[in-house]
Amino acid sequence: MLIAAAFATLPALSLFALLFGRRAWSHAVVYLGCLGASLCLLAGGLVHLGGHPGAAPTLVLPFGLPWVEAHFRLDNLSALFMVIVDLSAAAASAFGIAYGSHVPEPRRVTPFFPLFLFGMNGVLVADDAFMFLVAWEFMSLASWALVLADHTRAENRKAAMVYLTMAGFGTFCLLPCFGLMAGPGGDYTFAAMRVHELAPTAGFLVVLLVLLGAGSKAGLVPLHAWLPLAHPAAPSHVSALMSGVMTKVALYGLIRVLFDLHGEVGWQWGAAMMVVGGVTAVLGVLYAVLQDDLKVLLAYSTVENIGVAVIGLGLALAFKDSGEPALAALALVAGLYHALNHSIFKSLLFLGTGAILTATGEKSLNALGGLLNRMPWTGAAFLVGAAAISALPPLNGFVSEWLIFQSLFQGPSLPHWAMKFGVPVVGALLALAAALAAACFVRAYGVAFLGRPRSEAARGAVEVPAVMRLTLVVLAALCVLLGAMPVVVTDSLSGVIAPLIGVHFPVSADLGWPWLSPVGATRGSYSGTVLVMVGALMFGAAILAVHGLGVRTLRRAAAWDCGHVEDNPASQYTGDSFAQPLRRVFAATPFRARETVEMPEPGDLGPARHTVHLIDPVWQGLYVSLGRLVDAIADQVNRLQFLTVRRYLLMMFATLVLLLLVVAVRQP
Amino acid sequence: MEQHQALSYDVAHLIGATVLMAGFGLLYQRRLFAVLNTFAFQALALAAAAAWQARIQDAPHLYATAAIALVFKALAVPFALHWLVEKLGIHRTVETALSIGWTMIVGVALVALSILLVLPVTAGAAALTRESLALAMSVVLLGLLMMITRHNAVTQVVGFMALENGLLLAAVSAKGMPLVVEISIAFSVLVAMTLFGIFFFRIRERFDTLDLHYLETYRGDRH
Repeated sequence: MLIAAAFATLPALSLFALLFGRRAWSHAVVYLGCLGASLCLLAGGLVHLGGHPGAAPTLVLPFGLPWVEAHFRLDNLSALFMVIVDLSAAAASAFGIAYGSHVPEPRRVTPFFPLFLFGMNGVLVADDAFMFLVAWEFMSLASWALVLADHTRAENRKAAMVYLTMAGFGTFCLLPCFGLMAGPGGDYTFAAMRVHELAPTAGFLVVLLVLLGAGSKAGLVPLHAWLPLAHPAAPSHVSALMSGVMTKVALYGLIRVLFDLHGEVGWQWGAAMMVVGGVTAVLGVLYAVLQDDLKVLLAYSTVENIGVAVIGLGLALAFKDSGEPALAALALVAGLYHALNHSIFKSLLFLGTGAILTATGEKSLNALGGLLNRMPWTGAAFLVGAAAISALPPLNGFVSEWLIFQSLFQGPSLPHWAMKFGVPVVGALLALAAALAAACFVRAYGVAFLGRPRSEAARGAVEVPAVMRLTLVVLAALCVLLGAMPVVVTDSLSGVIAPLIGVHFPVSADLGWPWLSPVGATRGSYSGTVLVMVGALMFGAAILAVHGLGVRTLRRAAAWDCGHVEDNPASQYTGDSFAQPLRRVFAATPFRARETVEMPEPGDLGPARHTVHLIDPVWQGLYVSLGRLVDAIADQVNRLQFLTVRRYLLMMFATLVLLLLVVAVRQP
Repeated sequence: MEQHQALSYDVAHLIGATVLMAGFGLLYQRRLFAVLNTFAFQALALAAAAAWQARIQDAPHLYATAAIALVFKALAVPFALHWLVEKLGIHRTVETALSIGWTMIVGVALVALSILLVLPVTAGAAALTRESLALAMSVVLLGLLMMITRHNAVTQVVGFMALENGLLLAAVSAKGMPLVVEISIAFSVLVAMTLFGIFFFRIRERFDTLDLHYLETYRGDRH
């Protein structure tokens, strides 16, 4: 009831924004409404998970196509993703109350924001293919309009165009995917798809199509090209949702099809997903570490984290098909935990970037610096997010990556030799990605918040309004909380996935609360709770010792300048110089990174120039050559426009004769 | 009775084959007036086929079809085209895109194709209908072939009319084709004929020729 009311509110808010968009106060009202609606949906999801986890209330409404009714259903998986989506949605709405008036044209953002939330939640509760795709398109188109909000800049228009193309491609793949699952009977409800047995070829195509369709929305390499263009183009609170949440809706689509609707997916697909996930993770973070624009960096980091979660999903598929339900449950719990964590810290980081944008108007790392002193709240919250996404204990990112590693270490128990040898390779890729992610966020945080300001805008930054600060602090607290209470999360997650895998797997069985011991007490255990408590204790003791016994006066002095009296902030470590070693080691081959140095002649007073050339292998290799191919084919086909009358007749004649020949040959 | 059946079958077959032969004749002619005469002969054979079908099927309305074919297709259309050719002073050689020898070979292949196709497909139908359908389809394909291998607009129109003759042949051989359909086909052909005539005049006024080459080079997107 609550959920239905919240659903009905969102389109109404959009209409309200359309009608009263001229008034300045209307934007705050709309975001406030969105906050209320998403809190209601969040509460609904939590109540469902906590109150009656096994139940799956359904609702059939008489609209949609004349012969298809609209089916809705709220089961465990939907409720879990509803929590993921609406947690970040609430944060983004709250942030939007203050931030919404800072975007260039608020009237181009406010009407679509509730629709975006509506679409994402609609995907989660849809129980037939028709409603699923309608909601999916709602989500895509609303977010497309939001990407286009700042339409005066050419790169945003290009981003929106690429995004629209990729969204169309994704839905184009999902459509036949559901068609195949519905079978010749044409019953598009998910209930019918669950019982429908798929032929081998159809089953193969379904998995391939859903990987292409949902994978393009999630940003799996090589379908990620739109993501780093489109996510940064939208206003920051929308970027937070697109990056933190919309990719999770795509993961929901993957899980729904692969674990629920499609009966049996072979372990080979699990292996393929793990490879794709590993490559996505490494390439995503390699891109990220080279970026100068903070929002683009975060978008690429989303690509990496989706790769990590997909590794978990692929491993779960492989274990499930190999008759190891307990390990499958572990891998799926790890993947979902990571999805939940990523939605929170990615929202936190994007909203933090929004705060930086509000304060300075800059999002280029080379124009920031020294913000920690000027924006202590934002800086502290951003630090928590950066530490969490770098998978540092005791924060939440560590727990989920640790769990994924724990399940990867069980890979050799799979019966197939390819997996026995392949899983450690994926593990190595994941380790590399995790290390690079840490480097990436050390760089991002260090360059943006530490050191001296690199521009006037950064020097004049002031802390953002209280609503924004509060949002950031709440998200940062969630990062700590989810890291400190991992057992609570894993227990509820294993309840969520029990219907999908078939077993209820307690991750903390051996040692009991509060220890996570997925594969036995001796093989590895972790307790965030104990770690946080011990850490807090020691931290408190250290502070007490330092402040109680040490000097109380605060002394500010000039930083040691190595003997150079140089007051130019550009002489600090910059983002580019920090990334240089990584670029030389890792990016030389995949991105063909080349550095050229132009030294002025002796006596010439001009500056030396150091330029870096990078080539995006996926964009150049796949998209550009695909575009060329399409152009070439179009040129060939275009000739058909200029034939003579007789040639047209000849073509008709030839087609007719050919078809007749086919009939003549094929008849018995 | 048996004998009567066999005779009616043979005669129908003979007339149908005559229509087909006339189709080949159309492809073989090198002079425009000879093409028109052959076309008139084909239409005459078609009228005979319709009349014969009317007799053996006991379907008096087919006599009306035969009369329409005789009046319009065997007399009116050839005379009108004849008049047009003289009036416009059209070049009276048939200009071919494919040499006549090759055209004939392709035509024979098309006839073989339609026989191969129609006979097995219509295995359940009466023998009379099957043979006639194969012949009719051959005539249709030959008409199309004529349209694509000839440059001159008049020969293209004749090809179109020959194609339509094939359709009519198929229609009269199948039992139960309503008269209304045949009359409407006949009238539509006549209307098409009138339109073609008007267009001939217009094209001629503009380009001084009916060779379609000139029409093609005149389109706006070509220079």
